[in-house]
Amino acid sequence: MNSSPTNLLSGKLLLQQELPFSEKEIQSFIHTGVLQEVPGIKEHIFGFVCIRCGNQKSHLFGAIPRDDEEIVYCRKCIEMGRVSTCEPLYRWTGAKLQMPQATEALKWKGKLTQFQQDAANQIETAMLNRARLLVWAVCGAGKTEMLFQGLAAAMGRGDRICLATPRADVVRELEPRFREAFPNITISALYGGSPDRDEGSPFVLSTTHQLLRYEKAFDVMIIDEVDAFPYHADQSLSYAAKRARKDQSSLIFLTATPRTKLKLQSNLNLIPTVFVPARYHGHPLPVPRFVPCYNLKKSLKKETLPSKITNWIAEKRNANRRFLLFASSIAAAEKIAKLTGMECVHASDPERVEKVERYRNQEMDALITTTILERGVTFPSIDVAVIEADHQVFDEAALVQIAGRAGRNAKDPYGDVVFFHQGKTNGMVGAKRMIEMMNDLAKRR
Amino acid sequence: MYCLWCQEEIVPEVTWTTIFKIQGDQKDFCEQCKSKLPFIQSPTCPKCCRPSPQEQICPDCLRWEKHPLANTLHQNISIFTYSLFMKEVMSKWKYRGDYEIIYAFKKEMKQKLHQAFQHKELTIVPIPLSKARYKERGFNQAEAIANFMEKPIVHALERIHNEKQAKKSRRERLQSENPFRVVKDVFGHVVIIDDLYTTGATLHWAASLLKQHGAAQVDSFTLIRS
Repeated sequence: MNSSPTNLLSGKLLLQQELPFSEKEIQSFIHTGVLQEVPGIKEHIFGFVCIRCGNQKSHLFGAIPRDDEEIVYCRKCIEMGRVSTCEPLYRWTGAKLQMPQATEALKWKGKLTQFQQDAANQIETAMLNRARLLVWAVCGAGKTEMLFQGLAAAMGRGDRICLATPRADVVRELEPRFREAFPNITISALYGGSPDRDEGSPFVLSTTHQLLRYEKAFDVMIIDEVDAFPYHADQSLSYAAKRARKDQSSLIFLTATPRTKLKLQSNLNLIPTVFVPARYHGHPLPVPRFVPCYNLKKSLKKETLPSKITNWIAEKRNANRRFLLFASSIAAAEKIAKLTGMECVHASDPERVEKVERYRNQEMDALITTTILERGVTFPSIDVAVIEADHQVFDEAALVQIAGRAGRNAKDPYGDVVFFHQGKTNGMVGAKRMIEMMNDLAKRR
Repeated sequence: MYCLWCQEEIVPEVTWTTIFKIQGDQKDFCEQCKSKLPFIQSPTCPKCCRPSPQEQICPDCLRWEKHPLANTLHQNISIFTYSLFMKEVMSKWKYRGDYEIIYAFKKEMKQKLHQAFQHKELTIVPIPLSKARYKERGFNQAEAIANFMEKPIVHALERIHNEKQAKKSRRERLQSENPFRVVKDVFGHVVIIDDLYTTGATLHWAASLLKQHGAAQVDSFTLIRS
């Protein structure tokens, strides 16, 4: 691949240590006017702003004392290298990056359902018109396949494309699928610790964190799972996603469970929306059952599980069904694992990736998990139960996503979804209502 | 106030003392993060502060007694051992360059120094960094610790060789030449400051030099005894 400075630096905003050039080369770039030094931290009326991540919170700035004056640095994005008043950012102002126009890039030969085809057409139009679009598609609708048509058209025009998602797991899961569908296109998959490097690829798969290194780079920006943690909670990520796009660019959100703000924008027609209410196999979504379990907390304290839950587990075991049990916290997951003798997985588990892989390969029949497996992962034929579904971590979006793990296989489209709770919450009721609404919408069309 | 490590907000407990004490701009870890720090518990080796049953001299220090640099360093004082969490903290502080993290250890450092040396008159000598490393990191970690000691600091040492210590084996470290030279004379009781005591080679080299150049007694103070 051509590793010219244009390819390496165009559309990015990097620290000196991230520039793959010697100090002498950098100086000569600056001298000839193709590289520009941008201050990393700016002072404003009430404090500082980090130019890379947009952080303005005073407690997220640090100071290093020096004899003359102190150096102010941003603590918020320090994991990606320190930006400070002494460590500026660099912007390429030389030749613009030209993408190749790839004709017939798409080698995928599958067929879309009617719902998917409608959405795919709208996605293509939005990409063409540099417009915004919300794709509200249920879990298991086949979102990735719906993108193919539009992506192929954009690649044909020589657009630079980015698909960003808050979760590295999702990037890892999507990468092989896109490589298979677009075998002749250079694709870079970026996440913390990824082996790939972007040297001017026409198609970048990335976590939203990695977008902090980009500026005005992409003609098409797709954000998958917009409502997932930490994107919706971390302002710097939407700041980064916005800056990474060109002024004239298309923005496409993909989600099964938009947050209130996006839902409102959609309802007010501020953002054009396309619904995909049915799954790719055409069967309705499994509707969750509520099972009250009022002695749940007490039982857990006494190191036992309520009989309703143990019965459910026994039932699944007898029927030879594979299942996932969702717990509210790491501590709860570990406790339930101890009580049932099953394996559990959570965010701070060093064997996290291996365990999920073992479950996927059917080496385990059951797995206890925290909300880390709520989205972005597909296990073909499973049932799910949520223990303590009334816990605050299980909001409406999380519960809809969890319910969406069941029945994803065309051969086994009816999964069992159970919420064990100690009193219904708005989240639970809302989740059930949203699933029923989508099923209704699918039936009517 | 926010935790320096997990960024969660710290809500201080309201007691009579906290009501009447004026709350300055404290920077600290929250209770939960603090509880993960591996404080050294006694009994320890009286020479190097490593945990050691019945305050026996540890095998490391017994080996030092046979070394040509024996008896140059009188005693080492440390606060933490090197756990996995501590490694993470140190790597963020030193290699990512998040200077502020040091504030979380301010109280413990002052306490420990006071405990060890009471009100003796001390001269503090931080272990220097090479110019290249200093430019890269933006601060010298030993100096950052020394700044909290509220004692006179003398920059008596300078690096001659580069300090890629972490990449050397134990034997290589012990055999290599003295990496420092003295640029200022010292006298009386000197405490050398560094972030880590691993094999003790760095500190022994520094101590032997300072002793040759006028120090009566040399002790060392490090954040961590690994």
